[in-house]
Amino acid sequence: MELTTIWFIVIAFLWIGYFALEGFDFGVGILLPVLAKNDKERRVMINTIGPLWDGNEVWLLVAGGATFAAFPHWYATLFSGFYLPLLLILVALIVRGVAFEYRHKRPEAKWQSRWDTAITVGSAIPALLWGVAFANIVAGVPIDADMEFTGSLLTLLNPIGLLGGLVTLSLFVTHGATFIALKTVGDIRVRARALAWRSGLVAAVLAVIFLVWLQVLTGSPASAIVFVIAALLLVLGVVMAYVGREGISFAGTFGAIVFAVAGMFVALFPDVMPSSTNVAFSLTTTNAAATSYTLTIMTWIAVVFTPIVLSYQAWTYWVFRKRIGTHHIPTAELASQ
Amino acid sequence: MDVLDIARIQFGVITVYHYMFVPLTIGGTALIAIMETMWLRTKNPDYLRLTKFFGKLLLINFAIGVVTGIVQEFQFGMNWSDYSRFVGDVFGAPLAAEGLLAFFLESTFLGLWIFGWDKLPRGVHAACMWIVHLGTLASGWFILAANSWMQHPVGYRFNPESGRAEMTDFAAVMFNKVQLVTFPHVIFAAYMTAGAAMVGVAVWLFIRRHDDREMYRKAIRLGAVVTLVAGIGVGITGDIQGKIMTEVQPMKMAAAEGLYETSEKCAPFSLFTVGTPDGKEEKFAVTVPCLLSFLGTGSFDGRVEGINDLREQYEQTYGSDPGASYYTAGEYTPIIPITYWTFRFMILMGLLAAAGAALLLWVTRGGRTPTARWLGTLGLSLPLILILGNSFGWIFTEMGRQPWAVFGLMTTDQAVSPGVSVFEAATSLIVLTVIYAVLAVIEVGLLARTIKAGAEPFVEPPDPGGEQSDDAPLAFAY
Repeated sequence: MELTTIWFIVIAFLWIGYFALEGFDFGVGILLPVLAKNDKERRVMINTIGPLWDGNEVWLLVAGGATFAAFPHWYATLFSGFYLPLLLILVALIVRGVAFEYRHKRPEAKWQSRWDTAITVGSAIPALLWGVAFANIVAGVPIDADMEFTGSLLTLLNPIGLLGGLVTLSLFVTHGATFIALKTVGDIRVRARALAWRSGLVAAVLAVIFLVWLQVLTGSPASAIVFVIAALLLVLGVVMAYVGREGISFAGTFGAIVFAVAGMFVALFPDVMPSSTNVAFSLTTTNAAATSYTLTIMTWIAVVFTPIVLSYQAWTYWVFRKRIGTHHIPTAELASQ
Repeated sequence: MDVLDIARIQFGVITVYHYMFVPLTIGGTALIAIMETMWLRTKNPDYLRLTKFFGKLLLINFAIGVVTGIVQEFQFGMNWSDYSRFVGDVFGAPLAAEGLLAFFLESTFLGLWIFGWDKLPRGVHAACMWIVHLGTLASGWFILAANSWMQHPVGYRFNPESGRAEMTDFAAVMFNKVQLVTFPHVIFAAYMTAGAAMVGVAVWLFIRRHDDREMYRKAIRLGAVVTLVAGIGVGITGDIQGKIMTEVQPMKMAAAEGLYETSEKCAPFSLFTVGTPDGKEEKFAVTVPCLLSFLGTGSFDGRVEGINDLREQYEQTYGSDPGASYYTAGEYTPIIPITYWTFRFMILMGLLAAAGAALLLWVTRGGRTPTARWLGTLGLSLPLILILGNSFGWIFTEMGRQPWAVFGLMTTDQAVSPGVSVFEAATSLIVLTVIYAVLAVIEVGLLARTIKAGAEPFVEPPDPGGEQSDDAPLAFAY
């Protein structure tokens, strides 16, 4: 297999990992005002992702860095082209990240509710905008002969882009709900389960329309198969949430995101950023790639270190595997924090 | 203002801001790992209290360091897309490696450390902080290798067909001679900064909390010794750095002194100059004879090239148009007053902080218990002095490289994104600056609050090996 193809797959893998993992912590953040009825329940929700969200977010940083190294033109065109949406995502991630750490530092209700809002908004914005961005990447955007994006913010807010945004938003909300159902005990678990199958139905309808649209626009037989698997897994997640099988339900939404994103990359290949101006201007795995020397070095680094990273990240999930309920939330500590 | 100006201002603002938090994290994780290990070895409850107290301060600081770091990585593509296209092959590899090898370590094991008090055996818990520290060092290694390549590109070839720099030797990039001296210089400075922060906070509390004096004395000792030892390391590595800089970036060294005419031997170093704004005409100066020769070459008789000769050489080597249009004061020449003063202030801040730490160590020696309040103020000013010193150092080294983005290969104005509009760039600059300012205010407020509260009383942490009810409250929760 070509090195450039291997690195296309690596980058697809990193984005898949990012969305499947940070997807649920986005969902938890968005659902904070919906599922929690009081402060203790809000803290239960935040603490289910407390030790995990930062590690999840690193997948994004590695995806960005790997794209920079393996496909410099892809990185340059995408990041300078999708400028304002990315800025908005960055701002959201900044505010949200600080909010997790600072929220519990003061006991005042006003202080905490402000950070709660920061968590919710900071989770919702990227959940929506990543979908807009990826729908546009796969569907194609105006790119000129110099590999420069020639559109504007409005170019990206087209129907398929917006639909893509709603798909990721609803998928991540559902994913967050199945995660909360899996990781908590008490009332909140019941509410999360009930919400999961309802939002899951909405996500399923939106996702099917979106994926069919994308398939017609740019798909291949292979992407069609992957999209169908994604849809089936989402249905599985919804049904299992309905009948109360939380583990399988979470696995279902996890798998649905994995396959939906994988299908988008399958539909994208061998382009990395198709040009809607002229197909000859499209960025591909070959014309956007770094040299084979760089790719070889990077392959060695990835082969040695990826298994190590995956092992210790899995270990963290094992260490924090227990469900949390309101009775686990310490009270006395807060005042002195 | 055009996109280039805005992008440069943004790079300066967000990088200097990000770097206020970085040294405290690099050094802080080491200090906390040391204290937690001391607790395990000595069973002295003071060390656990200090671990938890300084751990809180570290986390307040770390949160902003992490989130502002994301912008650092993304802005290369956003504002400097032509740079990214040109160097991605060489510069992208360390960035990707930094993410895979360092960021995963830091984030995962910090999460384990924060939430793992009741879930991990004590030795493993302490090991988590050591691993976070290792992650910060790895992160520093890769990002400094990337920066060193910009100062002194090695291990690449220019491909005229693709118009890009292509990596030919990864080891050369990783072990660039600029990198080999920059890394220890930066890491020593980080230990120095974190040590000074610890001294400062501990002295402030030492004077106010009489019951806990002996505990805070331990922190003063540890912090001051680290500050002084690391300070010596900063000086030694800085000296070597000066010599390598004279060799690979002679213009930067000449600009550090504002030396216009080549000095065949015994070039003086001025401590202070009053001159015209562009630094060309000297009105009054206090100079140390032959010191510049020594700093640059290791010999008091060494030859140091001046700006005028270097400019001529550069024009012959690189052509008469350096590309960076607004360096009209002198092509291929950085802005002299900036390089001149940042270089001096960097050194001055380091010396001041070291002197302050030595003084605080001296007045608290033995069982002495000074009570003068100004000692607390002096203490708290030490980390601020070093944060300034770090900033001056980076401003010097980055501004001193101008007009180059990659020395000898790409000028800064060739690096900027051609497709980004002034509106986009300005929006980004304004939005990020405002958010960073708000976060700074919040952060300082939280730090002040946490410092005032002081270390909490000793509580034996739950034993993760023992019998624990599934319904027991978490040892730590957000």
